[in-house]
Amino acid sequence: MSAPATYRQPVSRLWWLKKPTYLLFMLRELTCVFVAWSVVFLTMFVYAIGRGEAAYRRFLDWAASPVVVVVNLVALAFLVLHTVTWFALTPKAAVVRAPRAGRRVVATKMVYVAGKVRPAATVIQVGGRVPGAAVIAAQYVGLVVVSVFIAWLVLR
Amino acid sequence: MPDSIQMRVTRYTPGDSAPTVADYDVPLRQDWSVLDGLNHIKDNLDGSLSYRWSCRMGICGSCGMNVQGTPKLTCGTFLSDYAPGPVRVEPLTNFPIVRDLVVDIDDFMEKLPKVKPWIVRNDEAGALIDREYLQTPEELEEYKQFSNCINCMLCYAACPVYGLDEDFIGPAAIALAERYDLDTRDRGRRERLDVLIEREGVWGCTFVGECTRVCPKHVDPAGAIQRYKLEAAKESVMAVLLPRGAL
Amino acid sequence: MIKRRLAPFQWLLFSGGGVMAAVFLPILVVLFALAIPLGLVHPDYGYLHAIFSFWLTRLVVLGLFVLMLFHWAHRFKYTLIDGLRLAHAVETPLGVVCYGAAILGSVAVLLVVLTV
Repeated sequence: MSAPATYRQPVSRLWWLKKPTYLLFMLRELTCVFVAWSVVFLTMFVYAIGRGEAAYRRFLDWAASPVVVVVNLVALAFLVLHTVTWFALTPKAAVVRAPRAGRRVVATKMVYVAGKVRPAATVIQVGGRVPGAAVIAAQYVGLVVVSVFIAWLVLR
Repeated sequence: MPDSIQMRVTRYTPGDSAPTVADYDVPLRQDWSVLDGLNHIKDNLDGSLSYRWSCRMGICGSCGMNVQGTPKLTCGTFLSDYAPGPVRVEPLTNFPIVRDLVVDIDDFMEKLPKVKPWIVRNDEAGALIDREYLQTPEELEEYKQFSNCINCMLCYAACPVYGLDEDFIGPAAIALAERYDLDTRDRGRRERLDVLIEREGVWGCTFVGECTRVCPKHVDPAGAIQRYKLEAAKESVMAVLLPRGAL
Repeated sequence: MIKRRLAPFQWLLFSGGGVMAAVFLPILVVLFALAIPLGLVHPDYGYLHAIFSFWLTRLVVLGLFVLMLFHWAHRFKYTLIDGLRLAHAVETPLGVVCYGAAILGSVAVLLVVLTV
């Protein structure tokens, strides 16, 4: 018996516009372009520093021009998107264990006493897994520590 | 609540050039699922409608379809949530349509065995095991979530990478590989990694995360895939750092 | 013995670059791309030159920027393939182009960092 003539459903080239979650995904992926741009800009900054104060001032003037400022503001917005989405997704890839973490009730013993059913709770400590929220929070702490350090280093 | 709702259902007969849409008015009852609506159509309105279903309680994984553009189990999706309608019912995305709402799932059936979704032991050949393999509740917790997969393939319908790359092994297969890798009774990690370390294994996944969002059993295949990538990366680094044959 | 594949190492570079970008880039861009050019803060030129010519700063800047460039290369390749629905055959040459650009960028960063 030959196979039925199946119909291949076409996939639209603009598939990522079909759902908000797909669009957010695509924007997240596009943050990498602004990561690369930031590296290029920062490298230009360091290069200008190396070429003497006059070159440095000229570079700053260029960096302050409206087009460049707008590009960098947009870049910053995308970098924030990268940071927020990256921190949120890290706990999915790296399951962090700690001996005392992850205590939760997984079973409750119910007893029938004097005509009523009452819980006689049994807590079973399982997993030892640090909750995702804690991993995310720790990353933000790291972000703040690094940012404060660099700001202090540059501005003191 | 109005007393009926229109269901816009995909129709396709093998040999047609393209699918069409047929509209049916079905009673809108508080407790009716989309599957109940389809059964009403087949029993009373149009006996030629073809679709898969079985347990009608969200455990067999047969009734996956696109409801209003989102992959769902039709037995667990309620018509009243789409009132006043119309509600579109289409075959699962990314699978070839066989007839009406029935899709060809051969691709998944070929890919799943590649990850050896069973306990792999390398005990003495032919040995009869005279004891159980003991496992603590903590050890069970490690993989239990991934064992809830019912092979309904909603994750494949949701995954844009699977839609774009027909070689991608897919979310459920990797989640099931992880289920067995994490099972303390299993010894098959290396064999599964050999399959999933290839291009069509875990690396095609770009962590869109839609698979986890549509999974009706909360398996989190996206999480399983990212964990697998990290494990594969760790093992690759160890293989470079440690002398040959040290492990 | 595990199979030898390039993909896991590409993914590790991508991940490392992603972490560095997430943690370091916001403050670096706020400071060097916005606050300083716009005159909101005025660090002394000589002081900045001293920071960037310090050996540890050169090393850290090089490490961070190289990782971030490889993060871009990996993610951008997949974004093009998935976003534009490119054929499979394109993956390897596109990978060469993206990673090639990252390597060239890394060489440029190295030269800048050495000569500041």
